[in-house]
Amino acid sequence: MLEAVKSYAASPQMQGLSKFLRKYATSVALVLLLIFNFAVTPHFATMQTLNVNLTQVATIVIVAVGMTLVIATGGIDLSVGSLMAISGALAPLIFLSHFGKTNLALGVALAFVVPVVVAGLFGLFNGWFITRFRVQPIVGTLILFIAGRGIGQVLTNGNLQPFKNPSFQVIGLSRPFGIPVQVIIMVILVVVAAWMLRRTLFGRQILAVGGNEKAARLSGIPVAWVKRGVYAISGLCAGVAGLVVVAINSSSDANLVGLGMELDAIAAVAVGGTLLSGGQATIVGSLLGALIIQLLRYTMLANGVPDAAALVVKGAIIAIAVWMQRRNVAT
Amino acid sequence: MSDTRIAHGESPLDRLFALLGRHRVLVALALLLLFGALRYDNFLGLFNILTVLRYNSMFALTALGMCFVIMTGGIDLSVGTTAALASVVSAILSPMGMIPGTLGGLGVGLAVGVINGFMVTKLRILPFIATLAGMLMASGTALLLANNETVSVSYESGFTGLGQGDFLAIPAPAWIALAAYIYGSVLLNFTAFGRHVLAVGGNEEAARLMGLPANRVKFLVYVQSSVFASLAGVILASQFGAGQPAEGVGWELFSIAAVVVGGTLLTGGVGSVATTLAGVLLLGLIFNVLNFENGMGWISLSAYWQSVVRGVFLMVVVMAGPGTGKGLRRLAMGTKATVGPDGDEP
Repeated sequence: MLEAVKSYAASPQMQGLSKFLRKYATSVALVLLLIFNFAVTPHFATMQTLNVNLTQVATIVIVAVGMTLVIATGGIDLSVGSLMAISGALAPLIFLSHFGKTNLALGVALAFVVPVVVAGLFGLFNGWFITRFRVQPIVGTLILFIAGRGIGQVLTNGNLQPFKNPSFQVIGLSRPFGIPVQVIIMVILVVVAAWMLRRTLFGRQILAVGGNEKAARLSGIPVAWVKRGVYAISGLCAGVAGLVVVAINSSSDANLVGLGMELDAIAAVAVGGTLLSGGQATIVGSLLGALIIQLLRYTMLANGVPDAAALVVKGAIIAIAVWMQRRNVAT
Repeated sequence: MSDTRIAHGESPLDRLFALLGRHRVLVALALLLLFGALRYDNFLGLFNILTVLRYNSMFALTALGMCFVIMTGGIDLSVGTTAALASVVSAILSPMGMIPGTLGGLGVGLAVGVINGFMVTKLRILPFIATLAGMLMASGTALLLANNETVSVSYESGFTGLGQGDFLAIPAPAWIALAAYIYGSVLLNFTAFGRHVLAVGGNEEAARLMGLPANRVKFLVYVQSSVFASLAGVILASQFGAGQPAEGVGWELFSIAAVVVGGTLLTGGVGSVATTLAGVLLLGLIFNVLNFENGMGWISLSAYWQSVVRGVFLMVVVMAGPGTGKGLRRLAMGTKATVGPDGDEP
């Protein structure tokens, strides 16, 4: 209340400025971080810095795109990290198998397609389970969070799978036009998802379901199928991210691939300005959120702050960002 | 209530099935124990029981705190890293003795809980995000304090007695967990605070309008959850002889799973302390049974199967849902078609 009174008392210019700052808070924060880095961090304005940061953030953004859609329906997907582990475990199993070694091209093609499809099907299972048994998304996706990594570990017997397969590792290591390929994938996914959310029927249905599920159902939207769709997309995104991670590492370790990814992605979505209660979402915001978290960590590491301290700051930033958005909604 | 049901002509069998449905976690636990006892030689042996109790008492503590948070409709993701932080602090303080080590660990737990509670009630951040932030902060602090290494505890000061010692032939951690669950049961069932927790979880707005201190209740459950988590951390340090800053990953989701298996609804307003303990033991025993099964030599399942089995188990419990009692009764009615209309289901 008090803040509302204050902002009325302020001059029109100030009001305009504060409105602008609120609306573009994430972008402003990102720009401020960049300015700080250009001024302080040594060797910041190089292509290498750009590439390092973008490659590191790409997998989080790829997962966060699917997560944003899930959160837009008022849900959440805890299983993404485990689905990455499954996808990352499957790909080497395929191209290292006898079949993959005898049919090189087909083996690699299948190693791209099958893991992503499997992850998508697991995502579809999440959506089916949540809608069929009307369980809360946290509980519904907790099942595959627990079982999924186990499936990946059982597939590989918990062993590290090292490999060297240039035609598969295209997805993590190649650089068309000097841009890392996963960054291109990330940009395409962000553009397509943002377009879909704003301009297509499915996108409007997603937001309608998240805004008021009952009203959406009464107005004839196939709520269950919309939900299944977003969880399937989230699974597909996790599958792609899993492939990227193992391709970069030249090895697949089901114990580690995607560990903690669900929380990183949710943090990016939340910092980006998407409401966790659903009904309102911004894909570009999630991209910016992930970039802010990444850049913040890079800034601190490059300036000699230990990684553990960076973790504390990351936690604080997530809380502050969400707190500020909550105030925006309130005023 | 039960009297009117009898008046409607429910047979004792119906009531038995309804009872079994309500306490299906306990039934499942009993069945698993029976299965183990019949199939494996030393399953109910003293050594096995005590090992299971000693190890799972830590998860029992985090799940107890989580249970109260979930009953208010919230969630606490920070329990795992809070335990890690507490294990580091108590290991650092352990040369001063058991009491200072324990109090130090509980102190940082209190601090994390206050921060979580502040974020949820004063800043009004969603519990999921607030405790996610708390989780990262606790983890970072633990790693900073420990310099990214495990901190060994002092073996001279008696600190290790807390995790490794026995009292009346039962492991000390099991006593601590038992005491905590008695406290939790009393708190939930016999105090105003317990009723307030359920009221806030059931309908926060209504609770507020009735004049209940909703914010204070929520604040206190987060503090309580972190204190129980830090107690688990102190036991961790004492039991394994080291403060482990990187431990506790995934504890929060394991605890949530145990609470859900125990029949507490994530929507809040409903819950039980005793069945949460049953949930912890069920999930814990799955690993134990797997080990015994491998020991039989018929099959050889790697330890990795335990997460798959746990996941499937959680799935079955969730699928059964709150309506299992009715389902079982309907099943019984199907076989016994002479039962008349009992008033609530067609």
